[in-house]
Amino acid sequence: MRAMTSFRYIGAKRRAKEHPRFVSGRGRFVADIALPGMKHVALVASPHASARIVSIKIEKALAAPGVLYVLTGEEFCANTDSLAIGVDAPKVTRFALAKDVVRYAGEWVAAVVADSRALAEDAAERIEVEYEPLPHVIDPEAALKADAPLVHPAHGSNLLYHRTFVWGPVEEAFANAEHKIAFRAVWGRSATVPIETFGVAAQWDAGTGILDIWASIQMPKFPDQVARALRFPGNAVRVHHDVDVGGSYGVKRGLKHAVLVGYLTKTLGVPVRFIEDRLENLRGGDMQGPDRFFDMQLAFDTDGAIRAMKIRAVDDVGAYAGRSPFQLGKPVTAICGPYAIGAIEYEPTSVMTNKTPQEAVRGFGQSPTNFAIERAIDRVARHLGMDSIEVRKRNFIRKDQFPYTIPSGSTYDSGDYHAVLDKTLAAIDYGSLVRARDEVRRSGRLAGIGIASCLEPSGGNSAFEVLMNPKNENTTWMDSCLVRVDLSGAITGVINNSSAGQGHESLVSTVLGEILERDPETIRVVRADSLTALPSNSPVGSRMAIMLGGAAAGAAKTIKETLTAIAAHNFECSPEDLEYHDGSVNVKGASSKKFSWDQLVEIAHRKFHKLPPGLEPGLQAKFVWEVPTGGALPTPEGRIQIYPCYAFEAHVVLVEIDPDTGKPMIRRYVCGHDCGVMINPDIVHGMTYGGIAHGIGAALYEKFAYTEDGQLASGTFMDYLIPSAMEVPALAIVDHCTPSPLTTFGQKGSGEAGYLGAPAAIANAVNDALDPLGASIDALPISHLAIWSAIGARKGAAST
Amino acid sequence: MSETLHAVSVEVNGRPRSARVPARLSLVDWLREDLFLTGTHVGCEHGICGACSVMLDGQPVRACLMYVVQAHGHRVTTVEGLAKPDGSMSVLQDSFCETHGLQCGYCTPGMLIATQALLNSNPDPTEAQIRDAIGGNLCRCTGYQQIVEAVQLAAERMAKEAK
Amino acid sequence: MLATHGESAKLLAGGQSLVPMMAMRLVRPGWLVDINEIAVLKFVAVEKDVARTGACTRQCVVERDEALAARVPLLRQALKWVGHIQTRNRGTVGGSLAHADPCAELPLVAQVLGARMLLRSAKGARTLEAEKFFSGPMATSARPDECLEEIHWPAWSWRRTGSAFTEISVRHGDFAMVSAAAQVAIDGDGRCVRAAFGVGGAGGTPLAFPKIAARLVGTRLDDAAVSDAAHAAAAETQPGSDLHASAEYRRHLAGVLAARALREARERARSL
Ligand SMILES: Cc1cc2nc3c(=O)[nH]c(=O)nc-3n(C[C@H](O)[C@H](O)[C@H](O)COP(=O)(O)OP(=O)(O)OC[C@H]3O[C@@H](n4cnc5c(N)ncnc54)[C@H](O)[C@@H]3O)c2cc1C
Ligand code: FES
Ligand code: FES
Repeated sequence: MRAMTSFRYIGAKRRAKEHPRFVSGRGRFVADIALPGMKHVALVASPHASARIVSIKIEKALAAPGVLYVLTGEEFCANTDSLAIGVDAPKVTRFALAKDVVRYAGEWVAAVVADSRALAEDAAERIEVEYEPLPHVIDPEAALKADAPLVHPAHGSNLLYHRTFVWGPVEEAFANAEHKIAFRAVWGRSATVPIETFGVAAQWDAGTGILDIWASIQMPKFPDQVARALRFPGNAVRVHHDVDVGGSYGVKRGLKHAVLVGYLTKTLGVPVRFIEDRLENLRGGDMQGPDRFFDMQLAFDTDGAIRAMKIRAVDDVGAYAGRSPFQLGKPVTAICGPYAIGAIEYEPTSVMTNKTPQEAVRGFGQSPTNFAIERAIDRVARHLGMDSIEVRKRNFIRKDQFPYTIPSGSTYDSGDYHAVLDKTLAAIDYGSLVRARDEVRRSGRLAGIGIASCLEPSGGNSAFEVLMNPKNENTTWMDSCLVRVDLSGAITGVINNSSAGQGHESLVSTVLGEILERDPETIRVVRADSLTALPSNSPVGSRMAIMLGGAAAGAAKTIKETLTAIAAHNFECSPEDLEYHDGSVNVKGASSKKFSWDQLVEIAHRKFHKLPPGLEPGLQAKFVWEVPTGGALPTPEGRIQIYPCYAFEAHVVLVEIDPDTGKPMIRRYVCGHDCGVMINPDIVHGMTYGGIAHGIGAALYEKFAYTEDGQLASGTFMDYLIPSAMEVPALAIVDHCTPSPLTTFGQKGSGEAGYLGAPAAIANAVNDALDPLGASIDALPISHLAIWSAIGARKGAAST
Repeated sequence: MSETLHAVSVEVNGRPRSARVPARLSLVDWLREDLFLTGTHVGCEHGICGACSVMLDGQPVRACLMYVVQAHGHRVTTVEGLAKPDGSMSVLQDSFCETHGLQCGYCTPGMLIATQALLNSNPDPTEAQIRDAIGGNLCRCTGYQQIVEAVQLAAERMAKEAK
Repeated sequence: MLATHGESAKLLAGGQSLVPMMAMRLVRPGWLVDINEIAVLKFVAVEKDVARTGACTRQCVVERDEALAARVPLLRQALKWVGHIQTRNRGTVGGSLAHADPCAELPLVAQVLGARMLLRSAKGARTLEAEKFFSGPMATSARPDECLEEIHWPAWSWRRTGSAFTEISVRHGDFAMVSAAAQVAIDGDGRCVRAAFGVGGAGGTPLAFPKIAARLVGTRLDDAAVSDAAHAAAAETQPGSDLHASAEYRRHLAGVLAARALREARERARSL
């Protein structure tokens, strides 16, 4: 599809369709769903990181007021199947309730169903579980050792996945390069932590044999997977997508929760709801993010040209697999970042430990990888005494090189990295920023400028599944839209997923309005449930502007063609002689010879005698779109094309540090962003601002820290520190537009924007600030304590 | 063992409400579960996120840290009570829509309560004052930028309307 | 009530600390006694040498009280750091003192100024100095059947009295990692006639350093004297370690922040 040049609605300021219901308190979140006779669940969680369950005594709980049922792993695991595993590790089975052993502190051991949540909690406290503690392992490197305690003994080791990819003449480049560096970059375990926890309500109807589910989800194939685990046919599970999701950014997967609640409602015959409280969410909600270190090696020349890069990435997924190991797979598709690096070695390693399982987090592993690459670029610059901007520009893929295929086989569609970086530097007035930094330094405080330039692969399929597990041949990743024009002429778009603030209703109405030349305000967008829906893969991987936008456009074009065909039939002319304008169709050059929108709609719905032969009556069209450019299996060397579009972002930030306390303060923040054509700029900017704030959290504040005995030390919002409006500074975004040649309007993805570069930029700024002391920090989050220690270590070293 | 119930009467969004409630029922649970005022949200139940903010006698407070019995004899305003008397959006609500001051909408009711309370006492706040007023309300979607802009816009528009 | 139920009953003031602990089921009182509607516990009275606040006076009320701010400015300076507007709208002065978090701001102010706590039980009333009142982390010497009724905050009468509060927390509004409060009075020549300062978060209770402060009297509070005092104080602290701050870091911060608070207090006094 070709990029259009001028648009009527796309790119214009437009209020989001979703907003009025939220600002008036009329959102419909899962916790707002009250079913008649509904019962509530509370959980008993393991206090141990690793233990054998000796016995569970439930009698006292069963006798407690208002209690209906107590479920343990014994019964649950006998009657349901394991959740999907993803990588090739069939013994790493996973159920909502532990049976025989617990593998992390917080793992669910029993569920109580009662009249209210408070009563269920009261009863849960009366369940007596006897444990026999077993050895545990928390550190991923220790977990890889031969004598490590095994998280899943049946699997035989703690290693879930390991492979060394070599793309291009890596060793040769290392042998010939003028310079080499090696260092370790550490990405701390953090996650997206939406303000709404996960929740699910379910109701089994024995009359119809249908399990209805309302859940706070953002999960591809959710209905299928729930059905499979419950041993139901797919058509016995109906997931309602008209539930507003209170933020997700990747983590709202909730399979284990839904299977548990589904089982309970089926067993008990009453509707059951489970809404995590914050402690359950942080500890046992299985939504912690990547926990990864990178051993980086770079080979480069004196002029700054990077010849080759070796990345060993070790990622700790916690106690179970799920989809999380695939977060090492996505980065394959942008493994050299925006740089023309000819040879890459990538060694992803996925390890299990006795920690809470990991879930997908915004960027699916890309942000940690970008952080490692961007730290490497700054280290190259420092090694050479070059300006890091120069090193970036020296290595950027040039505008005239697109489409550009990187060593791992992925082709970047388009971009102008030099222009975006220049624009960003101009917007922040880089010269004066440097002066401001130096001014602060002269006053005795520390200050640093951080830059990061990186990519957001978007709109892809899920072929990292087959890349990392040949038995898992998944190359299809479509999305769909159904468009209906009713007898009154009003347009309705039907979408097939729930949303978590991405504005899909606004997106689809704008696209339909654009193609059909009708006012988006008048277009309604509704959500099919999973039994009436067309195929969708939910809003993951920055895909909806591309895939849902593309599907909506495709369906709208079919409607347009139908209307034109009706007019042509009645004018007895060829469609080529007609033109479509504002919803009516007229003969070219004779604007009065026309059928209006209303007339055409009337023919389609009621006047079969005027309908061209072979045309379906009524006026509706569906369009199912498969990811452009994808679909092939990986080559034997692991080269693969997954994402069609690559958005680019450049961050420039000034950080000031109080040298006496180590407290960092972000003083200036500008982000240049090129995601092609923006369908709704406010929405794109909003996600980018939010992504930056989230990145600030990952860089400076947020960490799921574990004690040596395997306890989560940040199990409340008092210790898991999400930045507030006082930590996030005023943010500015500079737009640039390089349309994608592959999408309907030239759009690219943007749902992960901001987050993909912010942690890297802030880390680079802190390091620039520490540079005059000769100190550096390559581990996130960079706590006040870490900064102070780095300063202190250097000061101490200087004074001795 | 049934829990002892206590009689309370609370004015909620201008309407007197009476009920018999257990002492341990939190204000937010009562609003949501018994009065079906589900606009007020729960994000942590330990006082940090601010999603549960309501006004008590015009001042913003955390409804997860109060029991209904403590609201007895007081006035409570929730997000559902912010609209103009004719039911249309308040200037602040409309400004949130205009600047895209929300995404998923989960923190939004708390943000509206916090910032409406700010504007009631300070019609012309600085950016720093706005940030301070929402410093106890976490939002994971917006990075706060467009929320701050919404409050600035609302202040401007209210100043114009007052003229 | 407290007399009847003893340990199993708890007073509920603003609920900003107690309710979260109950929600997490860390505390499970059998009885809760709500003292929010007890009018006699809610007042601010500014007298000649002392300002009195009822224990159940809301933090926001204390923060806004101009007369109080004029006589005991440390209270307003400290409250700026306590939680957020929403928590100060409910949280009470007495609740914060009784909760006795070693990182909390108001207990530090009480300790530095030598506030006196009026405790009452069915058996009678007694007064405790702050120093005696705070007995350890989240612990006071109030008996389970005693209610904190009033707090007496000494007001200094020197015209040139300046005070300051500062702290470091990871996020704004969080409990401090370390905090510091100082109050100094100087004569017309700029010589210190009285000084008091302390740090929070660097031990089991907030700490005041009256002996070290006494050494500042007679000096001009120049930077060197201030720095010596602050470092001497820091050396006396015995902080613990947690997720966000090590003991060594806390001790260092105690010195840095105490010096800052003293300097800022001095500047305020000099400006009068
Ligand atoms: C998000 C958030 C951030 C916060 N940040 C800070 C901060 O930065 N600094 C800070 O200092 N505090 C902070 N707090 C706590 C807040 O200041 C509390 O208000 C305070 O600690 C307790 O006061 P309260 O009136 O709410 O007491 P409650 O929570 O009602 O009670 C606390 C304890 O004191 C006892 N008690 C209360 N009143 C009396 C009395 N009169 N006599 C005897 N015992 C009594 C109670 O039984 C209970 O054990 C924060 C709270 C929240 C929710
Ligand atoms: S739910 Fe009340 S503050 Fe989070
Ligand atoms: S709009 Fe989603 S949390 Fe604020």
